[in-house]
Amino acid sequence: MTALFINGKSHEVDVESNTPLLWVLRDTIGLTGTKYGCGIAQCGACTVHIDGVAARSCQVPVGTVGGRAITTIEALAQNGKLHPVQQAWLDFDVPQCGYCQSGMMMAVVALLKEKPKPTDADIDAAITNICRCGTYQRIRAAIHAAANAQKERP
Amino acid sequence: MTYMANLSRRSFVIAGAAAGAGLALGFKLPFSPDLVRADDGTPEIDAWVVIRPDDTVVIRIMRSEMGQGTLTGLAQLVAEELECDWSKVTAEFPTPGENLARNRVWGESNTTGSRGIRESNEYVRKGGAIARVMLIQAAANAWNVPVSECSPANGLITHQPSGRSVTYGKVADAAAKLTPPADVPLTPTKDWKIAGKPLKRLDTPDKLVGKTKYGIDVRLPGMLYGAIAACPVFGGTLKSYDEATVRGMPGVQHVVRIGDFAVAVVADSWWRAKTALEALPVVWDEGKNVTVSDATIADFLKEGLDAEPTAVGNQAGDVRAAMAGAAKVVEAVYAFPYRIHAAVEPMNATALYTPERCEVWAPTQNGEDALRAAAQAAGLPLEKCDLHKTFVGGGFGRRGGPTDFVRHAVAVAKQVPGVPIKLLWSREEDTTHDTYHPITQCRMRAALDANNKLIGLHMRISGQSILASLAPARLQNGKDPIAFQSLNPGGAEGAFGYEVPNLLIDHAMRNPSIPAGFWRGVNSNHNALYVECFMDELAHATGENPLAFRLKYLKPKHAAVLQAAAAKAGYGTPAPQGVYRGLAQVMANASYVAACAEVSVENGRVMVRRMVGATNCGHAVNPELITRQVEGSFVYGLSSLLYGECTVRGGRIEQTNFDTWQVMRIDEMPKVDVVVMPDGEFWGGVGEPTISVAAPAVLNAVFAATGKRLRSIPIKESDLRSA
Repeated sequence: MTALFINGKSHEVDVESNTPLLWVLRDTIGLTGTKYGCGIAQCGACTVHIDGVAARSCQVPVGTVGGRAITTIEALAQNGKLHPVQQAWLDFDVPQCGYCQSGMMMAVVALLKEKPKPTDADIDAAITNICRCGTYQRIRAAIHAAANAQKERP
Repeated sequence: MTYMANLSRRSFVIAGAAAGAGLALGFKLPFSPDLVRADDGTPEIDAWVVIRPDDTVVIRIMRSEMGQGTLTGLAQLVAEELECDWSKVTAEFPTPGENLARNRVWGESNTTGSRGIRESNEYVRKGGAIARVMLIQAAANAWNVPVSECSPANGLITHQPSGRSVTYGKVADAAAKLTPPADVPLTPTKDWKIAGKPLKRLDTPDKLVGKTKYGIDVRLPGMLYGAIAACPVFGGTLKSYDEATVRGMPGVQHVVRIGDFAVAVVADSWWRAKTALEALPVVWDEGKNVTVSDATIADFLKEGLDAEPTAVGNQAGDVRAAMAGAAKVVEAVYAFPYRIHAAVEPMNATALYTPERCEVWAPTQNGEDALRAAAQAAGLPLEKCDLHKTFVGGGFGRRGGPTDFVRHAVAVAKQVPGVPIKLLWSREEDTTHDTYHPITQCRMRAALDANNKLIGLHMRISGQSILASLAPARLQNGKDPIAFQSLNPGGAEGAFGYEVPNLLIDHAMRNPSIPAGFWRGVNSNHNALYVECFMDELAHATGENPLAFRLKYLKPKHAAVLQAAAAKAGYGTPAPQGVYRGLAQVMANASYVAACAEVSVENGRVMVRRMVGATNCGHAVNPELITRQVEGSFVYGLSSLLYGECTVRGGRIEQTNFDTWQVMRIDEMPKVDVVVMPDGEFWGGVGEPTISVAAPAVLNAVFAATGKRLRSIPIKESDLRSA
């Protein structure tokens, strides 16, 4: 049994300790907002936060994250209010198919924590997630808008 | 705003004769007088529109949503005629089984070829208009006043003389009982209030919070998970496997064959299924195609450049005589590679089979085809099966023509009756068992007269037919008519843009063992590249400006989009230091599109700085959605221009995942500007056409920058390093 702390709730899961966190989230716990795309940390669709840091959950053995705070896309909005990144995604109507966007937003939230006002170069370096619909132009605009909105908050 | 693609089996309670109407084929537009109720008991006004007592408007959408925005665009068209309150609109997908049972009342489900809006705009608008007429009639009846004194606006009906008003939700029940009018006039485009506007997508809010259900997200009680491995060599078969090796592994429940070419492990989680599959000793009979490689395929296609043609697609005058009498003949040979689709959601479907019934949940671009495939795989009649469409995590054609993901899921489920099975491809399985962008080569040959006028053009395409691979029944006397997409003499779908007095465009079909499929843009991708790069070569050969040269021969609608893209990009004015421009145009999926690329080349590396796209799609139902499709199509096209090549060795595809098959990421995204210029004269598609001009515009800009003609893609740094 592994004890996990996900989105503020405790879960006990009975899986092999080398099982990637991604599949525990999706198949064992039922949090399907985190997506499988490649299984080799290339596409970023599986990005979640572990203690506030972005991680590609397909490469994180569940046995290594017991007791750490895991956050998924389902818990990004708080008290019914979208996170500024989600709000910017809504304002710019970013998603097309939307499949990669959970991971994309989780990566961006982590970036903004580290660099509240990222430059285009910061975005290029940090956001390596794949979007096959090609929403990158909207994503860049939404990141800047979210950064501005966060800055304006008290 | 809410909307749903409900994963629970939604059924309509049908009163009257429509219930048992069976599976009539051929599309009719019956606005059935029978009262049909939605799940919550709310009666339909007509098949497209359900209005709840709280004034929520549910609009039924038969086409699939894979990011292109058709769900929103079609809902806008219905809502336009309905004159409802857009903020109260939600949408849902009827199942293809329901559609068939009701004489295909919702029309086509096929969401390929950029046809979602252009081919259903009329009947969905009528669906909205008829419902509006019925609602007004119901209000007039209640007030006992003439219909002519009642007018609708924003979901509210007002009796003008008295000022009384009532919302749609209050009269919906009465309206549903009325006989629908036989026909209704549609709102002229110039009067559109909801259609034609850059409204936000209906499906965005759920996509922000992880709530949208894609095929991979289906969860059913008691569901098990399957992982699949098919013979890595196309045409090879499954010889044997040693089930005992994995029997005791955690969670493993079944090991089953799929046809004669694949095996699946079924377990209580996908990770356990995949882990066991990797441990399963499998022996393949790789078959005769094991000797197929890039080199054998290239030779096979090269032979076709000079062979007798399989089909002639476009012919005028006497091209042989023109060549013989030319002052100058220009010739070039091009090549276009295999490519994978690489939707980020890997192939999957979930199936529940019992001897009495089969149900499938799948991310499909074509619900009806997927349903037929499910029924066939189940060995059950269509009416004992149904298919529940989910949102689609990237389609790009992979989930349109092919139905392998549905058939294989049913094949597994059939061996585990009564248990829902979600069969999911690994990325590696998805990459190595795609239906690939067809491979072709092309010889372009032009005759110029003494005044450098283009008097003859022979285009010979040698290569693979998608239809021969995926839908051989659609071949016509062994010929593939869609091989000539964007090269046809005329027609509404994809005409050749240039007037050349002596013209021959022909095709020598050569089908290697790698399966080909529809890949966003389809045959227009290579056809546009060949034509537009060669036109650039001809402009250079005649010493003319590439825009001016093209405009001498282009038909008016083709010329107009090219001029618009050029003007927006500032073509002909000085570009920033080190930046060079290139042009391309095409007619595809019934739309006229063009691009102007701005690139710089440094140390052999091509950097696409800016792309300008222009599209005349006839009618623009949502200009913002169109702009996004142009942006996204450029990314899809440029990803493949820069990186996309599937190589073949030992009869199999060598690339396996995003480490060996690179795609464009945000750091390479050019600025994209889009001109949407509908002329109102036709209905054209949007999702695909602009993809086909991205690559040739960039290649022509690369020539402007370096003087090097790249006639084979993807661009390799080594091609340009000395530039």
